[in-house]
Amino acid sequence: MSAVLSLAGVHTHIGAYHILHGVDLEVPEGEVTMLLGRNGAGKTTTLRTIMGLWAASRGEIHFRGQAIHGRETPDIAQQGIAYVPESMGIFTDLTVQENMVLAARAARHAGELDAPRLEWIFGLFPALKKFWLYPAGKLSGGQKQMLAVARAICEPRALILIDEPSKGLAPAIVRNLIAALRELKAQRTTILLVEQNFAMARALGDTVAVMDDGRVVHRGAMRELAEDESLQQRLLGLSLGAHA
Amino acid sequence: MTTTSVATPEAAAADIPKAGFDWRPIALLLALALLALPALGSASTWVTLTVAGLAMGLIIFVIASGLTLVFGLMDVLNFGHGVFIALGAFVATSVMGWSTGLGWSGLPSVFAAMLVAMAVAGAVGWAFERVIVRPVYGLHLKQILITMGGMIVGEEIIKVIWGPLQIALPLPDELRGAWLLGDAAIEKYRVLAAALGLVVFAALAFTLERTKIGLLIRAGVQDRSMVEALGYRIRRLFVGVFVAGSALAGLGGVLWGLYQQSVTPQIGAQVNVLIFIVIIIGGLGSTLGCFVGALAVGLMANYTGFLVPKVALFSNIALMVAILLWRPQGLYPLGNR
Repeated sequence: MSAVLSLAGVHTHIGAYHILHGVDLEVPEGEVTMLLGRNGAGKTTTLRTIMGLWAASRGEIHFRGQAIHGRETPDIAQQGIAYVPESMGIFTDLTVQENMVLAARAARHAGELDAPRLEWIFGLFPALKKFWLYPAGKLSGGQKQMLAVARAICEPRALILIDEPSKGLAPAIVRNLIAALRELKAQRTTILLVEQNFAMARALGDTVAVMDDGRVVHRGAMRELAEDESLQQRLLGLSLGAHA
Repeated sequence: MTTTSVATPEAAAADIPKAGFDWRPIALLLALALLALPALGSASTWVTLTVAGLAMGLIIFVIASGLTLVFGLMDVLNFGHGVFIALGAFVATSVMGWSTGLGWSGLPSVFAAMLVAMAVAGAVGWAFERVIVRPVYGLHLKQILITMGGMIVGEEIIKVIWGPLQIALPLPDELRGAWLLGDAAIEKYRVLAAALGLVVFAALAFTLERTKIGLLIRAGVQDRSMVEALGYRIRRLFVGVFVAGSALAGLGGVLWGLYQQSVTPQIGAQVNVLIFIVIIIGGLGSTLGCFVGALAVGLMANYTGFLVPKVALFSNIALMVAILLWRPQGLYPLGNR
């Protein structure tokens, strides 16, 4: 499987702090790649560096064969990369509809949203239809996360970066989210997913990269990591089985 | 592309809590006006002062609306906003002087002065953003210092071009005098200024609420980096908003100059205090808040100026304190800030 995104020796500094120490990573096309690691390992920084929100101080990032390191965030997004940050990035003063219109760059107003795609999104996240004209700030945490993911898929994207979508959500909401992401996966959407919920990681991941101290310390199939408790213990300091 | 409209199912709609419009700040305006009626003791005086206060408030709104957008979207504390007000007013003295010399006076010369003032203030605003503001994005203390410095330099340049003395900016004959409504006098110029203020408010409200540019501005006010992550070049939007804000300040300068019928190089610095009160009262970055806050300030200034002139200067500070005690984030605070 060819890599749609590749990082080679990427370093990132934030102010005086050296966060990424040479990240090497490949994201195969049409697969879900899990990015795992302890808190502070550099997962969020990796996603933000890919998006150009923090500049890589060294190394190369290629997307579909084109160098994107050093480019501005809007350029990178326009290449076909969607980003769902850990904070969800919802515009709380805007309605659900307005959030979706913003995410659909080609649409000037709600009437120009792609109707069949919107119906598909409503099938994944029915709450968004119910609260369509409601301020996004009034949604529950789970509904906001659904809106954040819906924004990322309201137009076809070549790659979706999602940062800890299950964080702070109730188990029932997480199950809904897993079901929606499974459907995206079934459609061969390429996803790079940062997650600390190991049940979710095991349910969705095809490949996995484990980070520690700003580097990728393990790459392989998610299935292999899920089946090897000693590897889990060594890389993550815990066992996935204990969190299933 | 297929078009769509989303119908919320009726049964589901019944479960959705209503997110109604917050009328309480508007009610505050009405209460302020109604409380003044018994204090003034005369309906005709009340009508005269209320119209004058609304007109003054709408002029302040025209000036302050750009500043609140610049703060909201760009997180820039532009203490140099006053220089665009002064520039607009001085350009108006020149344009109206030239047009009178050409035998082209009256209302057309006023409108020509407004257009030229907006164009000049907008162009200078573009240069101001590039040279002075751009290097200090995200640095509030430096923004305050450098934009204040920019205003001082701007004032000095105005003195070099137009001289340090006060220049008359008389109203054309069509705008002099007042219409009598019973015993109440409604000044013609104030009606024009109020109408222009309402047009500006309507145009801003339409742009912000009904266009994609407005959607981007409202989203950018909340979370700039997320707007960029969606693929929009917000820096271009920054520049556009700064230029529009400067042009509106230029228009406001013309209106304020005609309101006072004279212009001094310090006109911007004088109005700066009022406009900062207005954007703080309204909620930083909020256009509707700026509108309601400006009307409250205009009404308060006129009522107290008539009733207790000695406390008129203090009255708007007191109004700001009272409103912030009620709503510490302003009348219409923005969600994410």
